Amino acid sequence: MELLFALVIGALTASGVYLLLRARTFPVVMGLTLLSYGVNLFLFATGRLATGQQPVIGTSASYSDPLPQALVLTAIVIGFAMTAFLVVLALRNLADNENDHVDGQHENTSPTSEEQEQEVTSK
Amino acid sequence: MTHWLIAPILIPLLGGILQVFMGYAPIGLRRTLAIATTVLMLVSAVVLLVLASDDSYRIYGFGNWQPPFGIVLVLDRLAALMLVLTAILGLFCHIYASGGADEGNRQFHTLFLFQLMGLNIAFLTGDLFNLFVAFEVLLIASYGLLMHGGGTARTVPGLHYVVLNLVGSALFLIGVGMIYSATGTLNMADLAVKIPQVSGSNVNLVKAGGMMLLVVFGLKAAILPLCFWLPKAYAKATAPVAALFAVMTKVGIYAIVRVFPLIFGEGAGELANLGMDWLFPLALITLSMGVIGALGANNLKTLVAWQVIISVGTLLAPIALGSVAGLSAALFYLVSTTWTVAALFLVSELVASQRGLAADNIVPAPKMHYRTFLSVLFLIGAVAAAGLPPLSGFFGKLLILQSVEPGVEMAWLWGVLMVGSFITLIAYSRAGSIVFWRNVDGYVESPGPINNKMAISTGILTCLTMVIVVLAEPLSDYTRATAEQLYDNHGYINILQTPVHVPQNPIVGEIN
Repeated sequence: MELLFALVIGALTASGVYLLLRARTFPVVMGLTLLSYGVNLFLFATGRLATGQQPVIGTSASYSDPLPQALVLTAIVIGFAMTAFLVVLALRNLADNENDHVDGQHENTSPTSEEQEQEVTSK
Repeated sequence: MTHWLIAPILIPLLGGILQVFMGYAPIGLRRTLAIATTVLMLVSAVVLLVLASDDSYRIYGFGNWQPPFGIVLVLDRLAALMLVLTAILGLFCHIYASGGADEGNRQFHTLFLFQLMGLNIAFLTGDLFNLFVAFEVLLIASYGLLMHGGGTARTVPGLHYVVLNLVGSALFLIGVGMIYSATGTLNMADLAVKIPQVSGSNVNLVKAGGMMLLVVFGLKAAILPLCFWLPKAYAKATAPVAALFAVMTKVGIYAIVRVFPLIFGEGAGELANLGMDWLFPLALITLSMGVIGALGANNLKTLVAWQVIISVGTLLAPIALGSVAGLSAALFYLVSTTWTVAALFLVSELVASQRGLAADNIVPAPKMHYRTFLSVLFLIGAVAAAGLPPLSGFFGKLLILQSVEPGVEMAWLWGVLMVGSFITLIAYSRAGSIVFWRNVDGYVESPGPINNKMAISTGILTCLTMVIVVLAEPLSDYTRATAEQLYDNHGYINILQTPVHVPQNPIVGEIN
């Protein structure tokens, strides 16, 4: 089980980091989501992996650590909210710059972006 | 157990919730209530400062759980200092914002108050995971504030800021998880007890976790490889927001100062002084990088944003050397530089509003209105930031220079800091002389208004640097005591033994 768990975390994190480094906001959002899945599983594993053990004292012969589960819940909620915000921001970026490049640039027309910026600030 | 500890968190929380429901109330009422909330927060922070100056630790256990269980707030000298620093800064930024910058977004005051609440939680918490939550609270408010005022120019730096901080949060969780798996606790006092006992293969796990935390705090503090998001984001933000963000990098520094001497201090056995030998060279390179950026800045706000990075380097170098004198000097400089940089952001915005199309770009432009007032404020801010004699920046840098013991480190720190300060001075002189002295013919069409709120808040925030000079002795006594308290972690560990007060016979007392 440990090996499988570790492989899943590794695969999620690796794909997350790969997507994070892409130049479009959509893959970046996907990458952050995968990364946060990997992190959540990792946090869960810090309480040691076990089957058939409840996180309540006295219900079974031994009990599993409840704290990482509480931490994971918090992390999931926060990660969800942040992802939602990021999606809205990415849409805003798409609307403002008419493409979803993370730097807000068209691929071949980089020199003009400086001028556009000047215009915007002066307005 | 005194209930004052929760006040700096509850006051902005309640004030912020009130603002959520007042989105359609008259703006005058919203502003009055919001500023009243910030004033109350300042009062509570001052009360805590008075409480903390007797060198004892005060704890606030939620639900009366005895630490290391449950969520705990800890008040010591460092926390109180940061609370007062932030509250004063927040108050003046808030007054400035209510001069007109808060229009265009009904929830500006809500976000502003929640931002202050997040900062206060970060300063008071005694738990590593709670510190993560505090970071998230202040970050999500800061994302909103950074976008405030709109404009295409803010979207892209905002996106970078958000993505970077989300990655930072993921790393924070991984670091926390590693430390938890090896020690079974996240309470900072308990960690200070458990980490020296870690043995075997767990040592490397904790070491990796600790370094991961250092990376995250470094990202917040904007240390060199992780600082490139800062100048654009800060330069594009609205002035009061950028000014408030002057304290955001200091949160990263606060977290380093709080966590590393306590948990990975001298007594931590194999893990003693973890990461500090990395921090010193990085701090110096950050300082140099900031200086180069400041010299190359083409508008005032970018110049000030690079000043934020310069001050981060200046602060972390003495902290990394790990002496009481160094930490004390750094804390003194921290107070000075935070207010100075914030004031400079506000001055830059006022200058920009008076120059029409030239805005705050460092180019000759027609003569501006209120030139005397603005140029004097800029002069005071620049002198304080560059560290010239009469003002507080000089005393801060002098204390830092004095704190180093002779040796290789001294040579490096003195060299980089002195040359850096000199080049910073050149950058400010160049910017100031072009912006204020080199005028072209013509006049500025429809300069933006400067109302009393903006002028007074900027003026007072700028003049705080003189107040620091007047109060230099009590302040440096306080920072010295703070540094001594931080490097002696027995006091902090003792909070585990301090019983959380349980109220006696409450029902009988209430009936009578």
